[in-house]
Order: sequence, then C-alpha cells, then structure tokens
Amino acid sequence: MPNFVRIGFFLALRQIRRASKWTTLLITFVMTLTFLNLVVVSGILVGLIQGAVDANKMYYTSDIIISKLEKKDYIEQSPKVISIVKSFPEVAGMSARYIEGGRLEAGYKSKVKDTDTNEAASSFTGIDPVAEDSVTNLSKFIIEGEYLEPTDYDQVLVGAYLLKQYFPVESPGFSTLTDVSVGDKIRVTVGGLSREVTIKGIVKTKVDEISMRVFFNDWQLRELLKRTDYNVDEISIKLKPGADPILVRDGLIQAGVGAYARVQTFEDAQPKFLKDIKATFALLGNMISSIGLVVASITIFIVIFINAITRRKFIGIMKGIGISGKSIETSYVFQSTFYAVIGSAIGLAVLYGFLQPYITAHPINFPFSDGILVAPITETMLRILLLVVTTVIAGYIPARMIVRKNTLDSILGRN
Amino acid sequence: MSLIRVKGLIKTFVDGSKETRVLKGIDFEVEQGEYIAIMGRSGAGKSTFMYQISLLDEPTSGEIWLFGEDVHNMSANEATSFRLNELGYVFQDYALLPDLTAEENVALPLMMKGESKREAFNEARIALTRVGLGARTGNLPSQLSGGEQQRVSIARALAHKPKILFADEPTANLDNESSRSIMELFNEVHKSGQTIIMVTHEEEYSKLAGRIVKLDDGLIVSDEKVK
Repeated sequence: MPNFVRIGFFLALRQIRRASKWTTLLITFVMTLTFLNLVVVSGILVGLIQGAVDANKMYYTSDIIISKLEKKDYIEQSPKVISIVKSFPEVAGMSARYIEGGRLEAGYKSKVKDTDTNEAASSFTGIDPVAEDSVTNLSKFIIEGEYLEPTDYDQVLVGAYLLKQYFPVESPGFSTLTDVSVGDKIRVTVGGLSREVTIKGIVKTKVDEISMRVFFNDWQLRELLKRTDYNVDEISIKLKPGADPILVRDGLIQAGVGAYARVQTFEDAQPKFLKDIKATFALLGNMISSIGLVVASITIFIVIFINAITRRKFIGIMKGIGISGKSIETSYVFQSTFYAVIGSAIGLAVLYGFLQPYITAHPINFPFSDGILVAPITETMLRILLLVVTTVIAGYIPARMIVRKNTLDSILGRN
Repeated sequence: MSLIRVKGLIKTFVDGSKETRVLKGIDFEVEQGEYIAIMGRSGAGKSTFMYQISLLDEPTSGEIWLFGEDVHNMSANEATSFRLNELGYVFQDYALLPDLTAEENVALPLMMKGESKREAFNEARIALTRVGLGARTGNLPSQLSGGEQQRVSIARALAHKPKILFADEPTANLDNESSRSIMELFNEVHKSGQTIIMVTHEEEYSKLAGRIVKLDDGLIVSDEKVK
C-alpha cells in the first residue's frame, strides 16, 4: 500500500473517530437522504408505470395472450388452438374470451321522449367465469354485487367505467349509463339482437379496458352471436411459476398457433403508451437522480471545505512537519468516502428493509396502477458507485484547495 | 561543512502597493552541534528569519544552503520531504494535532518516513518517556497542560532524529516553572549533540545557548559566542 494512502487512512480514521458525534450523525443523515432521493424518487416514478404494466398483465393479458390476426373476425380454428395450448406443460390455466362490440341501454321502460337516451357502447365479453377467475382473479375486483356463476343466464357483470357514478366524465363520443346499479335491468344490443339482462355485479380494475367491458357467461354470448364454431377472440394464458413466457410463446408459434392467431407475451402486448411513458419516466427519474447527485456533491464539498478551512492551521502544521499534501488530501477523500458509504449502507437498509417491502405490501394508489417501488439491486449498486465517486471528487477538490495554500500562511492563519 | 549557510537573505512582504522589507540582506552560518539563540525586539525579523532557513517560507532573494544543498529551487513537495527527513520544529503554540493522542502526534512523522505503525509507536513512546510523558501517551492534547503539550511537541520534533531542531519562542506561552523545565530539556538534548536554533526574546533562556545572534530591523547586529 502506498505510504500516502496509509497515512491518509490513519488521519481519516482518527478524525472521524474523534469528530463531534452530532456532526457525523448529521452528515450521515444527509447522505442517507441523498441516497434515498437518488434511488426512491426514480424508483417510484418507474414503479408507477411498472404498476400499470403489472396491472395489465395481472388483470388482462396474464403471461401470454393469443388474439385474432388482423382483418380476421376471430381466432380461426380456436378449438385446435386451445388444445395446442393445453398440451403445453408450462400452462397453469387459460381463459378463452368471446368479444363483440355492442350497446347498453338503461331506463328504456320509463323513457318519455326519444331524446331521453341512457346508453353506452361497450365490448361484450363472454367468459368461463371459473377459468377467467383462475387466470385474472376477476372475482376479486367485484366492487358491488356478485361474481358470475357458470349457470347464470341473462346476468352480466358491468365495468365500472360504463357507469356514471364511477366515471363522471363528460366527453363527446363517450357516454355512460346513469342511475344504474346492481340488480337493475338493462338492454344489451349485439349483432342486431337485443336482450334484457340483469346487472349481477360491477367490476373495477386498474386496467381501463377491463373496467369498460360487460361480461357474460361465454355460452350465452356465443348464443347471442350465433357463433356455433366455438371460435373465440382472445385467450389469456397463465403459466406455472418459473416458466419463461418467451419460450412458451415461441413454442406456441412453432406448434402452429401462429397460423391462426397472434401470440404475444405480456411484454409484447403492453400498450405502446405504457412503453413510451416507462421510457419517459425512466429518463425523468435519471434527471431527478442527477440533480440528487449534484446536491450530494455540493453537500460533501461544503462539509469537507468547512472542515478543511477550519483545520487549515493543522493542515499547515502537518505540511510543516513533513506530512505530504497527497496524504492529507487522501485523508479527506477517505472521510468523504466514509460518509458516502455509511449513508448509502443505512439508505440500503431503509430501502430494502422497510420502504420496498412496505410499498409492495401497500402500493401507492394511482388511478391507473398500483404504484410500487422499483429498485433492482444492480441499478442501486450502480447508483451507490456513482454517489461514492461523486462524493470522492467533491471531497478531494476542497481538500486540495486548502492543502495547496502556503504552508506558513496556513500555520500562522495568514490569508 | 556548515549545516546552514545563508548569503544576502532578503524577505519582503507585499500588501497591495505597500512593500515591507523584513530581512535586509543577512549572511549567516551554523556549524554542527551549535545551540543558537536568535534574539531581538518585537518586529526585528527573528521569526521570519527562522522560517526562511527552516524551509517553512521562501525568501524574496538570497541564497540558502542546507547541509551543502542549495534549497533555492526546491519544489514545495521536495521542501516538505526535506523538512520530514532533516529538520525538527517546536512552535510557540505547540502545534499539535488535536485529533491525535500524544503518541499519535509523535508517531505520525515517523510513519510518514516509512516506518511501520508498530515501530513508529514504539519510538514515539520512547521519545515521550524521554521528555517525561511516558505515562500520558494516550492523552489528547486537550487533556494536557501547556508545558506537557510543549514536551509532546519536542518529542515529535526529536523522534525522527533531525539534523537541526528549530524552536520558535518555545516558552512564550508557558509559566516560569514549565519554561525552565523546557529549557532544561533543550540543554539536555543539546548535550547529546543536537544542533538547535531557537528564537526567543527572553534574555535568561538565551544565555543557555552557546551563541546569541541579535537581529534589529532586518539585520544581524551582533553574533556572539556565550562563554
């Protein structure tokens, strides 16, 4: 070990050990906050979008989603596709859905004038309630009423965003039903056929697409659509833990599913706006982190500068008795490294010991996602490295400024 | 060969447009083993003179040879290294490092010279014992009296066996009893062959030296051996 490093360490250790405990605590506290600012702010920003991505996967696509090809009305040869899917050992469950656009109408019995419309457009979705629940846990998102039973006839689940009380937005081209609740009868019109159904439950998830659908038992919607070929419109597939969605996707395509349908992993199927926002928020997070780094470096610069300037006389004495400037500068580099490392270590403990588990258990309730804290350990370590390097530079510069001053001037306190 | 040889030493301080010439052309020589007291009234330039010849400051002009080496063109780093290896210092206000214990203060220059921590601390304890502080090696400067701090300072200056010991008013901040004991210590050290150059304004202590150099208005006005 070079002698100047040995002496630098010797001096730094004693200065830290004999410094005021309150000063050390304060600096460490500031460094901990800086570290958290560096990791948590960007982690929450990214986590907000990650929450939306997770929600899209959890409530809609599951691990893999198979959907109809462009310009096709449904997934052709659906029974064959479903049997191929079922043959994959990685598949834990699947939900095949029939989807058709239609209209809902309420209050039609008490309507006085033709202009008294209470209508909304929606996607009618036919599901096997048991299969759907095993894949997306849809039953957990019933906020009023009850979930569908496989034998329910003329009973539907209505997405909350189709009801004014849950989605009070006035927008041209978009309408919601007013004064409608569980137990009310509404009229559904699909493919030129109308039928009166009862609202059994109201569904609300963080995925708008789900909260704007009307769910039927698949066999009833199939009847309404007269789809006797059993061809469905989309299939969500849940994989067993540890299974790789990409491998299964590729396997399905190779097994021939690709000829009849589009096969995507949950990542492939992410809406483009989510991908774009994720990239934007990551950029924003990095910008905020950069500001955090600058704040950290200025903090350490000031701390070390004040420390060095108040100890200028002693720095002069050390140079006077022959201690090299390099050793003295190194001692300040060690001190700033100490503060950065201790601050980061405490920050790490707070982050992984408290903040991340807490936010995972109690996600931040954003309108379109359950916001989590995204802080992968590799990225966190990279940020710690950045913080330490910045701190070292910020500690070295003021030390060098003071050490370079004339030895005798420093000893005598002359300017 | 003289340990120190100075020729035409001039030091001028500049403050804005005002120039103050403190040393006005000093010639001076020091031989091995001498104990020299530099005296003079306040403002005579005695401390400034000592700072120039001990490489703590750079003269405006003139020549200084230390141990036959012209120190005029030494870089700051070379001067630091020279001070570490060849010179020892005792300052008026002790100049101890407050975060270091007595033995750490003494051991630091030894470690800087490359000694292992164990060796340096052993030698530091020996040096402190020599100045009567063997029992207070672990004390911080703030836990020692003025006289004790000055002894630590002397131990630090001597531990690395310098060729010349410079002392700037070493008793100025001490009471009579502590001052006398410090002077006895200097005497003792000198008897062992140590070259000492001490700035003092106290007549009584200057008489303990073998040679008294008096400065006035930036010039040596007398240079006498003490009988």
